[in-house]
Amino acid sequence: MPNYNKEGIGNVLFVSIAVCLVCSIVVAGAAVALKPTQAANRALDRKENILWAAGLLPFGAAQDAQGRGVDELFEQFEVRAVDLDTGEFTDAVDPATYQVSRATRDPAMSRHLTSEEDIATIVMRERYGLVYLLRDENGGLERVVVPVRGYGLWGTLYGYLALEGDLHTVAGLGFYDQKETPGLGGEVDNPRWKALWPGVQAFDKNGNPAIELVKTRSPPESPAAAHEVDALSGATLTTRGVRNLIRFWTGDLGYGPFLHKLQEAA
Amino acid sequence: MATQREILLDPLFNNNPIALQVLGICSALAVTINMSTTLVMAVAVTVVTGCSSAAISLVRNRCPSSIRMIVQMTIIASLVIVVDQVLQAYAFDISKKLSVFVGLIITNCIVMGRAEAFAMQNGPWLSFVDGIGNGLGYSAMLVAVALIREPLGSGTLFGFELMKTVPHGGWYPANGLMLLAPSAFFIIGLFIWALRAWKPKQVETADYKIAPNTQYQEAL
Repeated sequence: MPNYNKEGIGNVLFVSIAVCLVCSIVVAGAAVALKPTQAANRALDRKENILWAAGLLPFGAAQDAQGRGVDELFEQFEVRAVDLDTGEFTDAVDPATYQVSRATRDPAMSRHLTSEEDIATIVMRERYGLVYLLRDENGGLERVVVPVRGYGLWGTLYGYLALEGDLHTVAGLGFYDQKETPGLGGEVDNPRWKALWPGVQAFDKNGNPAIELVKTRSPPESPAAAHEVDALSGATLTTRGVRNLIRFWTGDLGYGPFLHKLQEAA
Repeated sequence: MATQREILLDPLFNNNPIALQVLGICSALAVTINMSTTLVMAVAVTVVTGCSSAAISLVRNRCPSSIRMIVQMTIIASLVIVVDQVLQAYAFDISKKLSVFVGLIITNCIVMGRAEAFAMQNGPWLSFVDGIGNGLGYSAMLVAVALIREPLGSGTLFGFELMKTVPHGGWYPANGLMLLAPSAFFIIGLFIWALRAWKPKQVETADYKIAPNTQYQEAL
């Protein structure tokens, strides 16, 4: 006979604490030990997504037609930090080590958005954002890639919006992290839907964000047609989330001021 | 007492967790659109079932019955998180495709079912073998379903092109139904039918008998 009461409160407490302790050590151990590999995977994934969004790599490929790999292609990009309030380049943070996720936890490095401002449910917007610039041989802009994020249905979608050198034509959009319903909102990753984005005009005549996700396209001759992308069927809330996050990040609180200044300078 | 061999191989055909016990259907519908995700999911479930059964069997004599289920869930959930972390580190692309379904192994009825039905009564080694066996039974069914769904749905297998589909300029009009969850229901249903035709012992006794229709005579 065991010298304890198996069903007694003492044993219940003992077993639950022991199981929790062992399990948490196992889980924490695995998480800590595998973190460097996971971080490397995520960094590679992020570069791939920037290249895919910018159209430098065919979607899903790890090499371009000339056999150049992700790291090599990514090196062509000039990574700069931008002060989102002024829209100017800044050297206040080092783009190589700067982490937006850390900045949004620091009130000094970010700004709490009011509910009217916060159309994409971001809550904290970082003060400095990163941009990825691709220049041609003469120094002219070829692509500008900016990170975007915003709330969909189940969670925040993280991705990149690439603009052509004219700074108002979309070159591509891609999300690298999203938790939308597979088969419905999850179709934000569908290459055929993403193929609808290049060529869309991001701003109206006054420079305000104008992209709209619609069920029925306007007739091609109407001025609205240039700003329209098909909505995702069966995913109203994800569609709304994508619309809002694109509008937020191309708007006055996002990269809008930066893009307009860059355009004037060009 | 069943031998190890029986415990390991019985779940493949004689006592298949999907076909006979009808457990674990949710993930069988979700991940069988293509073969590579299917295989990774199958391995993940097999590892989790095996290890969780062994771990639960180790604590079975000490574990009070009042918190038995919670203890099982904690162990299963921890193992699933570990598997998820390993996948994120070594199979990042596939782990992104499997997304929530790896986490949902926690709620896969096969894992919990084996813990309750077998591991609570048997030693750790036999429980481990039983878990692996049931994982293999699950895997066999998943692979069979994916073997039908991927070629018919997208004309590929392991992502390699078998039949060029019409949107890619080929001749094969892809069957869109195969990409949707209901197709797995049909395929699993057909497999269950085939299995029970082969092994009639698996046919369940009817819960009720349909009475002969006598109504038509009144109509005459």
